[in-house]
Amino acid sequence: MKNLTCIICPNGCRLEIDENDHVSGNLCPRGTDFALQELKNPQRSVSTTCRTVFPGIPVVPVRTEREVPKRMMKEIVREVSRIVIDQKMDIGDTVAENILDTGVNVILCTDRLKEAGNE
Amino acid sequence: MKDIYDVIVIGAGPAGLSAAVCAAENGADVLVVEREKEPGGILKQCIHDGFGLSRYGERLSGPEYAYRDIIRLQAVNADTAYGAFVLDIGEENGAFRLILSMRDGLHHVTGRALILATGCRERTAKQVFIHGDRPSGIYTAGTVQNFINLKGWMPAKRAVILGSGDIGLIMARRLILEGAEVLGVYEAKNRPGGLARNIAQCLNDFDIPLYLSRTVTRTFGKDRLEAVEIMDVDENMNPISGTEEIVPCDTLVLSVGLIPENELAESIGVPIGDQTHGPLIDQNMHTLKDGIFAAGNCVSVNDLADYVSENGTIAGKAAAEYIRGKKDRSLIPVRSEEGIAACVPSHLDICSDLNNVTLYLRSDDDCKDKALVLESGGNILLTKKMRTVHSAEIIRIEADLSGTDRELKVRLI
Repeated sequence: MKNLTCIICPNGCRLEIDENDHVSGNLCPRGTDFALQELKNPQRSVSTTCRTVFPGIPVVPVRTEREVPKRMMKEIVREVSRIVIDQKMDIGDTVAENILDTGVNVILCTDRLKEAGNE
Repeated sequence: MKDIYDVIVIGAGPAGLSAAVCAAENGADVLVVEREKEPGGILKQCIHDGFGLSRYGERLSGPEYAYRDIIRLQAVNADTAYGAFVLDIGEENGAFRLILSMRDGLHHVTGRALILATGCRERTAKQVFIHGDRPSGIYTAGTVQNFINLKGWMPAKRAVILGSGDIGLIMARRLILEGAEVLGVYEAKNRPGGLARNIAQCLNDFDIPLYLSRTVTRTFGKDRLEAVEIMDVDENMNPISGTEEIVPCDTLVLSVGLIPENELAESIGVPIGDQTHGPLIDQNMHTLKDGIFAAGNCVSVNDLADYVSENGTIAGKAAAEYIRGKKDRSLIPVRSEEGIAACVPSHLDICSDLNNVTLYLRSDDDCKDKALVLESGGNILLTKKMRTVHSAEIIRIEADLSGTDRELKVRLI
């Protein structure tokens, strides 16, 4: 028997997984998927910042477009911290493709760089 | 900016943005006033994801969530005054006259209705009675969040976090990801203050210990924080002598609660509730003072931005209706009884629609297998089974309260 807290939504269901991989305690089917994935290969999305060259905008928020293996979170944050954006970009644009060969892109979460450098 | 508007919204965070959009969509002439240079409120620095799950079915970061409302506001016909600080609100012929401090000086502007969306503020070190030195290195969680996520500054190498509110938990993870050491999260209460999912994904994921019934009692350091003293506390939260432990650290992060910000509301005589510390309001987010509406965390601190936007929408629609023709109001109270610590709304206007009222409740304790009961004049209007209830998590329910004409009692039994 294993106990987990589901992190898919704010309900935070307290899950129990028995020896036969039967999941209980979840309010929706996503809890089952989460629990089984969590036992096999835990996945998380990563939110962090990267730097820019633009005055008044030292850093901008970015995130992984999808989830990545949990064990790679710190490494991804370190990799993204080396990026310096020096061109105009819009919200949702890709900041880094296929970060650390995860197959997942890192995207920009703000529109502050849309008109950057124009003032 | 014109001299007079139908509706003036104070604050351009999630509550103010959705209130302004909705008021404008319902035909009101709207001005949004915001003290910061850009809209978005605290969402600008909340770079973690999980926003918008109930509203959009997506897991957005805070800035992305705010962006959607900012775009909506640009699409409707509303004026904005950013970098404008409200110094004073006065009443004049049934309207409200604001004095704004802006970059080019003072401005006067009048609104026939007001929506207060002033958010909340963090409780500080002064308010939690920590003794000792006052070196640098003692910050609220929101300040650390601002430093790291907006300014690109890294304020900590070895951090202790006091309080297990959500922002503290999220900053524990953020500090670790940015390369700091987080020695532990200390919570004076015997249960965590934040959402269970944040305990799991912010602390457990990174093996950050959570110590319950323990608190920081003293700080040491000349210029920079050098250590904190930790003590166990009893059930009345009094430190137990003999349990002192000194923890060397350079940063103390405080996540010890949020307080609705209502300085402006109080200055114009809007009645404030004891349970929520925000304006008493009816189901239309109308305060007990005619023409003044309130929404979001200034009414009651919410767990989710989605709820904040939702009650902003209600306030915006109701303010636009109020402008079209001031209807009579007849208010009955909503009373929090057994098991309930606070309820929004605090009143019901029985002259207005009651067929789909959204209630936001907070229980006074963690409990299991209870029933939420709404009762008025001896009639049970709603019973809902509650499998697990956590005092840290808001209970949101929608109820048909048509025909209610006596005090509504809310119980968790």
